[in-house]
Amino acid sequence: MTQNPYLWLIPTLPLAGAAINGFLGRRSSKRAVTTIALAFSGLAFALALWIAVGFSSGAAPYIFNLAHWIRSGSFTVDFAFYLDQLSLVMLLVVTGVGFLIHIYSVGYMSEDPSYYRFFSYLNLFMFFMLTLVLANNYLMMFIGWEGVGLASYLLIGFWFTKDSAASAGKKAFIVNRIGDFGFLIALFLIIQHFGSLDFTKVFAQVQPIAPETAGAGFLTAIGLLLMVGACGKSAQIPLYVWLPDAMEGPTPVSALIHAATMVTAGVYMVSRSHVIFERAPMALTVVAVIGTLTAFFAATIGIAQTDIKKVLAYSTVSQLGYMFMACGVGAFSAGIFHLMTHAFFKGLLFLGAGSVIHAVGGEQDMRKMGGLRTYIPATFGTMLIATLAISGIPPFAGFWSKDEILWQAYQSNWVYWLIGLITAFITSFYMFRLLFMTFWGDYHGVQVDEHGHSSHSHDDHGHGEPHESPMVMLVPLMILAFLSFVGGLVGIGNHFQHFLDPVFGSGEAAHAGETAGRGVELLLMLVSVSLAALGAILAWVLYVSKPYLPQKIAAALNGFYTAVLNKYYVDEIYAALFVKPLIEGSTSILWQGVDRKVIDDAINDAADGARHVSDEVRHMQSGNLRSYAGWIAAGAACLIAYMIWRGVGQ
Amino acid sequence: MVPLSYYLVLSGILFACGVTGFLIKRNIIAIFMSIELMLNGVNLSFVAFAAHWHALAGQVFVFFVMVVAAAEAAVGLAIIISVYRTRETLNVDQVNLLKL
Repeated sequence: MTQNPYLWLIPTLPLAGAAINGFLGRRSSKRAVTTIALAFSGLAFALALWIAVGFSSGAAPYIFNLAHWIRSGSFTVDFAFYLDQLSLVMLLVVTGVGFLIHIYSVGYMSEDPSYYRFFSYLNLFMFFMLTLVLANNYLMMFIGWEGVGLASYLLIGFWFTKDSAASAGKKAFIVNRIGDFGFLIALFLIIQHFGSLDFTKVFAQVQPIAPETAGAGFLTAIGLLLMVGACGKSAQIPLYVWLPDAMEGPTPVSALIHAATMVTAGVYMVSRSHVIFERAPMALTVVAVIGTLTAFFAATIGIAQTDIKKVLAYSTVSQLGYMFMACGVGAFSAGIFHLMTHAFFKGLLFLGAGSVIHAVGGEQDMRKMGGLRTYIPATFGTMLIATLAISGIPPFAGFWSKDEILWQAYQSNWVYWLIGLITAFITSFYMFRLLFMTFWGDYHGVQVDEHGHSSHSHDDHGHGEPHESPMVMLVPLMILAFLSFVGGLVGIGNHFQHFLDPVFGSGEAAHAGETAGRGVELLLMLVSVSLAALGAILAWVLYVSKPYLPQKIAAALNGFYTAVLNKYYVDEIYAALFVKPLIEGSTSILWQGVDRKVIDDAINDAADGARHVSDEVRHMQSGNLRSYAGWIAAGAACLIAYMIWRGVGQ
Repeated sequence: MVPLSYYLVLSGILFACGVTGFLIKRNIIAIFMSIELMLNGVNLSFVAFAAHWHALAGQVFVFFVMVVAAAEAAVGLAIIISVYRTRETLNVDQVNLLKL
C-alpha cells in the first residue's frame, strides 16, 4: 500500500466539523465556531496536500475500502474511496479553494446572527463534495451528488426570511431534481447491463465494447442520461435556470458552490465516465453541442445584466459550457484543466464581488457603484487579475486552459471553435464591462452609513465612503489571485494533460496533433488573444471613454436588447410551458378531481353509509333490560324451532 | 313408570312460565322468583334424564345448580334490600339510573 491510508479522513473531517458546529454552535462562542470550522476544513486541505505529495502515479488508482454497504447476491456496493490523478486534482481544488473561502467567510459573515449555521452548512457541503470526488462507485458519487444539492439548497436559502432567497433555494433543488432523475436512471441501466456500480468493474466491462457508431445502443442511452444529470448540476441548457437565481445566497456560497466546486461536478462526472462516453459518439456530440450552445447563450445574457453577481453567474454557466465543449470533443483533460483554473479565477471573482458588495454596504447593482478602485485598491487589484484570467489574456490561468479547449475544439470541428471564439470575445467584453462599471468613473452609490441595512448587515466603520475589507477577507483574495496568475502554467508543454493521461488514456487526439499543428495552434492562439483584447477595448470605449454610447446602442437594438435584458424570457417560457400546466393540472385534476372527488368522497361516503345503517339499527339497543331478555328468549325460541325442524341429533 | 316425556313437558312448562314471568313482571322480587323457576325447570329435566339414563352426572349437576342458585339468591336478595332502602321501590322500570 504505497498510497496514504488516511484518505478516508478527508471527507470525514468536514463532516465532524459540520456536526460539532451544527449541534453545539448555537451555544458556543463565535471564536469557537470559527476555530472548529477552519480547523476541520484546514486539516482536510493539509491532508490532501500530504496525500498529493506522497502520490505516486504508478500505484494509482488506489482504492480504500472503508466498509461494506450493500451485499445482494453478486451485486455489491461498498463505502470505498477511489484516488487517481483525476480525483487528486479535484481533491486539491475542493479542499484548497474550500479552505480559502472558509477563511474569507469569517470576515464576510462576521455580523450574521446565524454564523454557526453558515459554517455548519459550509462544512457539510465540503463533506458531500469530497464524497462525490472520492467515490469509488456511482452510488457513492450519487450520495455526494445529492448531498451537495442539499447543501446548496440550504445555503441558497440561508437568509430564508427573504422570500426571494427561499424560492431560489427551492428552484435550485427542484431543477436539480430533474437532472438527478436522469442520473438515477443511468445508474439503473448500468446495474442492468454490468451488474455493478464500481468504476473499475464497470469500465473494465465497457472497455472491450466497440463504439456505437451506427445507431444508438444502451451506452448512448447511459451517456445521454448521465448528461441529463450533468446538465442539472452543472447548469447547462436546458436546466441552467437555477444558477442565476442561486445568487440569492451569501457571496462566499456563490464562490464555493456555484462557481468553484459543486457546479463542476457534472464535468467531473462526465470525465469520470469518459470510457462510456468515448464509446457513445452520439452522446459525446450532444455533450459538445450543449456545452457550446450554453457557453454562447449564457455569455450573451451576461452582457446586459446589471447585478454584479448575476453577471458572474451567467459567466459561470458560460464557462461550464466551455468545459462540456472540451469533454464533448473528447478532450477531457482540457475540460478538467479549465475546471481547475476556473475554480481559481471565478472563485476569486465572486469573493472580489463579495468584497465590493461589502465595501458599498450591500449594494449589488453595478450602476450604483463606479470609481471604486481608489477606495478598495486591494480588491481592485485581485479582481483585475481574475478578469484578465477569465478573458484569456496570457499569461494568466484562463488563457492556457481556454486556449487548450479552443484548440481541441478546432481539431474536432471548426464550428465549435468559432462559437467558442465568439464566446471568448463576449466573455472578455462583459467581464471588462463589469470591471469598468465597478471600478472606473465616479461613485454613484449612496453614502454607506446612510444606507439602510440590507438582509445581511455589515458593520460600517462609522465613515461614509466605501471601505476596504478586513485582512481576513483580503488574504484569500490574494492567494487566489496568485493562483489565477500562475495556475495555468502547469499546462505549458501539456504537463497537466500528461499527468491525467493514466486516467483518460493517451489515445486522446490531443497528443497526436501536438507537434504537427504547432503553427496552426499559435495562429489560433493569436486570434483568440486579439479578440479578447478587442473585447476589453470595446468595453473601455463603451463604459469609460464614451459612457453615453451604451444607452444609444440599447435603444437602437430595442427589441433584442430587451430580450437579452430579460434573459430571453427563458424563465417565463418555462413557467408557461411547465410550471403553470403542472400547477393547474395538479390543482384541477389531481387535487380537485382525484383527491377531492375520488379519494375524499369515497371515504366520506363510506362513513356516511355506516352512520345511516347505524341510525336504523341502534333502535334495538334501547337500554331496556326486559326487551333484551325478550330478544334473547325469542332468539332461543327460533334456534330451538330450527333444531326441531331440522331434526338435530338424528 | 312415568315416561320421560312427561317430565320434560313439565320442565318446559316450568321454564316457559319462568321466562314469561321474567318478561312481564315489574316487581323485582317476582322477577327473581321467575329466574328461580327457570332454574328449577332445568333442574327437573336434569334429574329426569339422570333417572332415564341411569347416569349420576345429571344429579350432580342439579346439586351444583342448587348451590349456585342459593348463592345467587343470597347476593340478589341483599342487592334488592339495598335497592329498596335507597330507592324505596321494587319496580324495575324505575331503577334505571344507568340507562342513557
